[in-house]
Amino acid sequence: MSGHSTYQPQSRFMKWFEARLPIAGLIHSSFVAYPTPRNLNYWWTFGGILSFMLGVQFVTGIVLAMHYTPHVDHAFNSVEHIMRDVNYGWLLRYLHANGASMFFLAGYIHVFRGLYYGSYKDPREVLWILGVILLLLMIATGFMGYVLPWGQMSFWAATVITNLFSAIPLVGESVVTWLWGGYSVGNPTLNRFYSLHYLLPFVIAGVVLLHVWALHVAGQNNPAGIDAKAKQDTVAFTPYATIKDAFFLVCFCVLYAWFVFYVPNYMGHADNYIQANPQVTPTHIVPEWYYLPFYAILRAIPSKLGGVTMLLASIAILAFVPWLDTSRVKSASYRPLYRQFFWIFVLVCVGLGWLGSKPAEGGYVIAARILTAWYFIHFVIILPLLGLFETPKPLPSSISEAVLREGVPIGASGPAPGRDKARP
Amino acid sequence: MTLTRTILAVAAVGVAAMLACHGAGAAESESPPQLKWSFAGPFGLYDEAQLQRGFKVYREVCQNCHGLSLLAFYNLADPGGPGYSAAQATAIAGEYQVTDGPNDQGEMFQRPGRAADHFPPPFPNEQAARVRYNAVPPDFSVIAKARTYERGFPWFVIDMVSQYQEHGVDYIAAYVNGYEDAPSGFNLPDGSYYNKYFPGHSTAMPKPLVDGQVDYTDGTPAKGEQYAKDVSAFLMWVAEPHLEARKRIGFQVMIFLIVFAGLLYFTKKKVWAEVGGHA
Repeated sequence: MSGHSTYQPQSRFMKWFEARLPIAGLIHSSFVAYPTPRNLNYWWTFGGILSFMLGVQFVTGIVLAMHYTPHVDHAFNSVEHIMRDVNYGWLLRYLHANGASMFFLAGYIHVFRGLYYGSYKDPREVLWILGVILLLLMIATGFMGYVLPWGQMSFWAATVITNLFSAIPLVGESVVTWLWGGYSVGNPTLNRFYSLHYLLPFVIAGVVLLHVWALHVAGQNNPAGIDAKAKQDTVAFTPYATIKDAFFLVCFCVLYAWFVFYVPNYMGHADNYIQANPQVTPTHIVPEWYYLPFYAILRAIPSKLGGVTMLLASIAILAFVPWLDTSRVKSASYRPLYRQFFWIFVLVCVGLGWLGSKPAEGGYVIAARILTAWYFIHFVIILPLLGLFETPKPLPSSISEAVLREGVPIGASGPAPGRDKARP
Repeated sequence: MTLTRTILAVAAVGVAAMLACHGAGAAESESPPQLKWSFAGPFGLYDEAQLQRGFKVYREVCQNCHGLSLLAFYNLADPGGPGYSAAQATAIAGEYQVTDGPNDQGEMFQRPGRAADHFPPPFPNEQAARVRYNAVPPDFSVIAKARTYERGFPWFVIDMVSQYQEHGVDYIAAYVNGYEDAPSGFNLPDGSYYNKYFPGHSTAMPKPLVDGQVDYTDGTPAKGEQYAKDVSAFLMWVAEPHLEARKRIGFQVMIFLIVFAGLLYFTKKKVWAEVGGHA
């Protein structure tokens, strides 16, 4: 999608076909000839990993849907039927459930990579906002999927989350009744969640196409955060990026397989192996690990409406990062102060996640409030001010210079601080 | 240097805060002891003799109140299970009466079980159980995965690497033998029993197992602790009947992925050498 295709059809059939539908040329220019910065490190492989995980969730999910029954009386047992009686059903279900965790893990790494290297800055703002929309869609899809096994956590998570909409002034209660399809979480709720859980992944796939399109218009950012200017700054997507992505994807699959085959229930909750019971509330209602930071923010605010607003704001604020960050320099490798604040921000998010898993009482609430405050301070105060007060390090004049000057393979992290002193 | 120091300092404060909060939030039930299980670890397998003993304990004690609704009799002969033959599984089924019907007259009737039947429920409905036991005894089909105990930081992180996931069976084995006299001042409701591992300590089930209650014919000591361990192992198999296949296939998948990753790594190195070997 960058300029005209250089694809030359070889066979007579492909020449005939290409004149009528130039899809091979599109694929060739997008995934073969596409110039990719030569200094990309392994943090850039997570886009490919995410596409792969989306595919895995599609394949396993479609087969699971053939055996699952979306009814309050049968859902729990139909999942157990998959686990026990369906050939390799246990494998499909563990792949799908742990696949969601891996999807989010890769997604969060992808987002943090963007934040570290300033991938959201001009000209990639739309690309970034499409990414934030994808994150929102993932959150919605994952939540609805978690409700489907109709265990205790499924039911109570559905109750807690749908009840959040009751915080909307005036119409809140009516909205909740409308969402439930009744006066409590019940069969109509489960049915529509199933329908939407099947629909939303296709929406995700559509937005992914836009995301990739926008990426191929602007070109990839890179660890140096400077534009590719000359031919020697880039290499062809295939074979260079393809083989690198493939290698790291397989490494990622080792981690995925570890969870699926050896600790398949590590990411889950024991309570979800108890069939949903509206009469019994679990002692602690805890969401899946990937929602915990948001859950901590929700509960840190004493008012329901305030909590819901902050929860939504914590995701929505990401869409404004391209304008909140005032620095002209993209990569944190050349921003000594931002780099420290970035890592503090990562720790704050991890801390919020841990607090989200704890009961909302005593010291936990105080800690959650401090970290929630920091989460927002990072975006609305630190990011704008850093751009004004920080003195960035001198940027290399080109990507190829950055590669040659380092003299070492561009590894997992940015260049170490001391190394720039050697630069004239 | 400053970067590393900042990160370390923030991390240290975070960990200290976590530990402080954890201390404050503790005062829960005692953690059950971690027992040795044949099915633990990446190459774990069920011990057939143990599953058969556990099944015996279930049949002679637990079955009076607890169902196994998701288990069919033929499952007893499935590979990776207690190792009964198909004929033995059918014979066991024949010892049960199951409700079938309606027949030509429109009546439900009782008949001996067949291999394809599921284990019959111990009570016709939940209300009947409440009248009889003052509580609804939970079904045992997935209970080994439906029970756990709090591991706390840092153990829950270590468990991911060490593959410790026998929380459920450790809890069940401890609970079954965790009966004690209530400490003075503990307000135990009528018809409840004090158990040191049960969350809240007040459980509706009386102490279920005593030494010598079930006859073991293979020389295994007929002790309450042994019964608890065996029946817990049996329940683990009931909850996760494909565990052996999962771990076996998992090892094959791991070997494949690691070899494949190695091949890709060297291919990548060769391909990138053409453009200067960077990245």
